[in-house]
Amino acid sequence: MTDPVHTLAVEGITVGYDDRVVVHDMTLEIAPGAVTAIVGANGCGKSTLLRAMARLLRARTGRVLLDGTPIDAMPSREVATVLGLLPQAPVCPEGIAVADLVGRGRYPHQGWFRRWTAQDDAVVEQALVATDILDLADRPVDELSGGQRQRVWIAMALAQQTDVLLLDEPTTFLDVAHQVDVLDLLVDLNRDRGTTIVMVLHDLNLAARYADQLVALTDGRLYAQGDPSDVVTEQMVRDVFGMAARVVPDPVSGTPLVLPMGRHRTGRGAQRTDDAGATVPPVELPAAQPVP
Amino acid sequence: MTLTATTGTPASPLGVGPASLRRRRVLGLAVCVLGVLLAVVASLAFGSRVVGWSDVVAGVLHPETSDIAQAAVRSRVARTVLGLLVGAALGVGGAVLQGLTRNPLADPALLGISSGASLAVVLGIMLLGMSTLTQYVWMAFAGAALASVLVYAIGSLGREGATPLKLALAGAATTAALGSGVSMVLLSRTDVLDTFRFWQVGSLGRASFAEIGQVLPFLAVGAVLAVGCARGMDAIALGDDVAVGLGQRVGAIRAVGGAAAVLLCGTAVAVAGPIGFVGLVIPHLARTFTGPSHRWLLPASAALGAALLLAADVVGRVVARPQEVEVGIVTAVLGAPVFIAIIRRHKVATL
Repeated sequence: MTDPVHTLAVEGITVGYDDRVVVHDMTLEIAPGAVTAIVGANGCGKSTLLRAMARLLRARTGRVLLDGTPIDAMPSREVATVLGLLPQAPVCPEGIAVADLVGRGRYPHQGWFRRWTAQDDAVVEQALVATDILDLADRPVDELSGGQRQRVWIAMALAQQTDVLLLDEPTTFLDVAHQVDVLDLLVDLNRDRGTTIVMVLHDLNLAARYADQLVALTDGRLYAQGDPSDVVTEQMVRDVFGMAARVVPDPVSGTPLVLPMGRHRTGRGAQRTDDAGATVPPVELPAAQPVP
Repeated sequence: MTLTATTGTPASPLGVGPASLRRRRVLGLAVCVLGVLLAVVASLAFGSRVVGWSDVVAGVLHPETSDIAQAAVRSRVARTVLGLLVGAALGVGGAVLQGLTRNPLADPALLGISSGASLAVVLGIMLLGMSTLTQYVWMAFAGAALASVLVYAIGSLGREGATPLKLALAGAATTAALGSGVSMVLLSRTDVLDTFRFWQVGSLGRASFAEIGQVLPFLAVGAVLAVGCARGMDAIALGDDVAVGLGQRVGAIRAVGGAAAVLLCGTAVAVAGPIGFVGLVIPHLARTFTGPSHRWLLPASAALGAALLLAADVVGRVVARPQEVEVGIVTAVLGAPVFIAIIRRHKVATL
């Protein structure tokens, strides 16, 4: 499925709700075949941008281009075979079985009269295996844990077999272990199938670690786009989040690690003083080690 | 991601869901069909006149006889057919409304269909001096359609379009307004009240084959549209965003499905009066064995609705012999406890 690689771009789009403009005249190209994370402060327009790219919101001006064609001009079902979407708050019907929910990801590939085929079965099974929930296939989704449930939704998006996948905060409501778990799964997808992944993420450090490309927004405008090590700087954190911070190399991954500096519990610079008032040298961070 | 599927669980027939669910669905549908058959037999056999079983058989098989008991049985045939049609229409209509709005409390009354039909009939009686059933049918149907279009239009105002919550609120407000319109007319005009009274309670007692022939096309079109929306409603069940992501045209599905619900519920209300609780309760009962898939839910709701409405009608015929209790009253008595159970289970906050 790595070929052909589809392209997604926005061209001068302005998006808003009622009389409030949230995204201003933004132009940006998503790197094909890469993992892109959209980051920024609350209300900066990252979810709105993603929703516009997913044709959930109509841009007031400008265009969203999928393979160079305005997305509004394409039949919705055709878009759905290329562009998958996992919104922030999907609804889980009461009592639905995992396999049934994942199977609904096949809809774009089925017509009014085209029945369920053996190929659909194979694709659903593949999606269940890829997300490691095959043994849950017959279980009702509402009995699963939050982490398992998120895997089910990702499996549904996988069953849709799209080359581009948009996710709106896929790690919300998950504990840190499950956040890492979901992000690992998405990177697997990207590596194994070449799926272009675009996701809105809250956690800047996880975004810097997992994304090939960061898109940083501030006040509905593009602040920076590029490799996480180039984008995440102390200046960027101040401009985008309005917060002082140190940025150091992540001892685990080598990517930028943001250490926020609030008003309390923060020594001046990287130094702190002991009880006697003497300066204590900064804590030595261990060198990055390959994780066994 | 570990690619090793550790468990030996075979991927059971995935498309149709777990084997146990499939068994439950088939069994449930079989029970529904059996229920329909039992209800039909009971409907032919029991009425305000007590007849023997031989008369039942003879009355159905030999329509030309002049025996009084057999003629009584024969007159129950049309009533039975109408009961099946109305029950099925209300069951499917309720399932469609609940599916489109993702609202477990949606029923014909919620979206203004019943009250729109009632007000139209009252106005027809008062202003146009209507008195025949045929006239009621058309007035009620027009009123139901207008009211639901109005509710949908109000519910679609503002951003995000017609959300389940806004639809429910618009429906409740419209129902209240139309209901007070009905009361206003009836309180000032006792002659209209007398004519209206029998229609309003909901009754199958006046059934005739001519009438059935008249409403059948509406019900057939409504049923076809409803089945056509089954897949779309399965997608909408996952949330509007997911449905759009799956390439479904949510607005179009709501419009077509809404038309189906108006045709089914509006026609049922027009021909038998506003019969409450069937459209609300039947889909919930059906879901207990079909699960959330509309391709199973719709036929199951049709069968269950037909069986239960007919059974309620039979109960109404025999509890107060030689008088009859209208089916609308029986369904209200039977449906209220189920309604309360649903509310308790869903916690109204999720509405």
